[in-house]
Amino acid sequence: MRQSIIHWFRFASPQSFYPLAGRLIPWFWAAAALFAIAGLWISFFVAPTDAQQGEGYRIIFVHVPASWMSMFIYMVMAFWAGLGLALNTRVSAMMAQALAPTGALMAALSLWTGALWGKPMWGAWWVWDARLTSELILLFLFLGFMALQAAIDDPRRADKAGAILALVGVVNIPIIYFSVKWWNTLHQGSTINLNKAPSMAQTMLWGMLLMALAFWMYSIAIALVRVRAIILERERHTEWVKHAVE
Amino acid sequence: MKARQKRIALIAGGLASLAVAAALALNALDSNIALYVTPSEVAAGKSPQGKAFRIGGLVKEGSIKRDNMTVHFVITDTAKDIPVTYTGILPDLFRDGKGAVVQGKLGDKGVFAATEVLAKHDENYMPPEAKHAIDQAQKKP
Repeated sequence: MRQSIIHWFRFASPQSFYPLAGRLIPWFWAAAALFAIAGLWISFFVAPTDAQQGEGYRIIFVHVPASWMSMFIYMVMAFWAGLGLALNTRVSAMMAQALAPTGALMAALSLWTGALWGKPMWGAWWVWDARLTSELILLFLFLGFMALQAAIDDPRRADKAGAILALVGVVNIPIIYFSVKWWNTLHQGSTINLNKAPSMAQTMLWGMLLMALAFWMYSIAIALVRVRAIILERERHTEWVKHAVE
Repeated sequence: MKARQKRIALIAGGLASLAVAAALALNALDSNIALYVTPSEVAAGKSPQGKAFRIGGLVKEGSIKRDNMTVHFVITDTAKDIPVTYTGILPDLFRDGKGAVVQGKLGDKGVFAATEVLAKHDENYMPPEAKHAIDQAQKKP
């Protein structure tokens, strides 16, 4: 086996991942704070008023990053869960477990800010349109994953059951993303597309991207904090944990 | 095959068949997932008969007429027009020439009696000056 591969798998062991996560956490907190300060500054003071929606559109700076992160975290969670299922690596399953609450938070935030935005602009807190409904299903997938894991006492079996649920739920992600393209929805189409220039003013775009980065860094930091707690809990019978907590 | 490879193959196979199943299900559900029908579909008789449904389109320019709390307007997809009546408060973004989704029942005379009017905005965000510049540019032939 090549040297690099051995090195890579070293961090698949909870004992070596635990201190690594601990060293990384402050950096991600700092990055999250910096991006949030810059992003909020642009969102509130630099980005211009919108021609159609006035100042009300500014909720986009929380709504869109939260929605993006909810989908992205789900993909990452499913990736770790799938990796844990396929390779039986312990830290993978713990990562998936650590990401779920943050994903649920992002999905809830997305739905909540969406409702607050929808009432003044559309005239409704909620409509059963494809975009909104599939995002609600995403929230339930996160909650279902957490509930399923919590319901099974044996952590190995809980990981396996959770992983299958997480992988099955991946189907929902392209549905959320393309819902506004595939069906008639009240939700407007995407502003940011891969194949054309974003249809929004430059400074608005910067505000949104910086806020997305802030959310991203926050999610990594909080997931690492959580995974450290999960490692300690699950590995409590080992010698190194006894030393680590002393 | 090692146990690990077998497991990976099993997961990949499972996911692939799941994707196919989901695609088929969504395809079958297609028309039921749509939030609204277009005026052209209503004209072609594709709207639900005798029960409430939603029509989506643009508010025809200059068609909004107010009569106390009742509003009359025409919803169009530029090909077909549907006259609509509605009593109640309209959302802020309900404007001439902008998107709207109306929920209600189609009356005998082809007039749609709406119980709810929702405004649909587009995905473009720009400062008022830029909007003004675009409007000016479009006015020139």
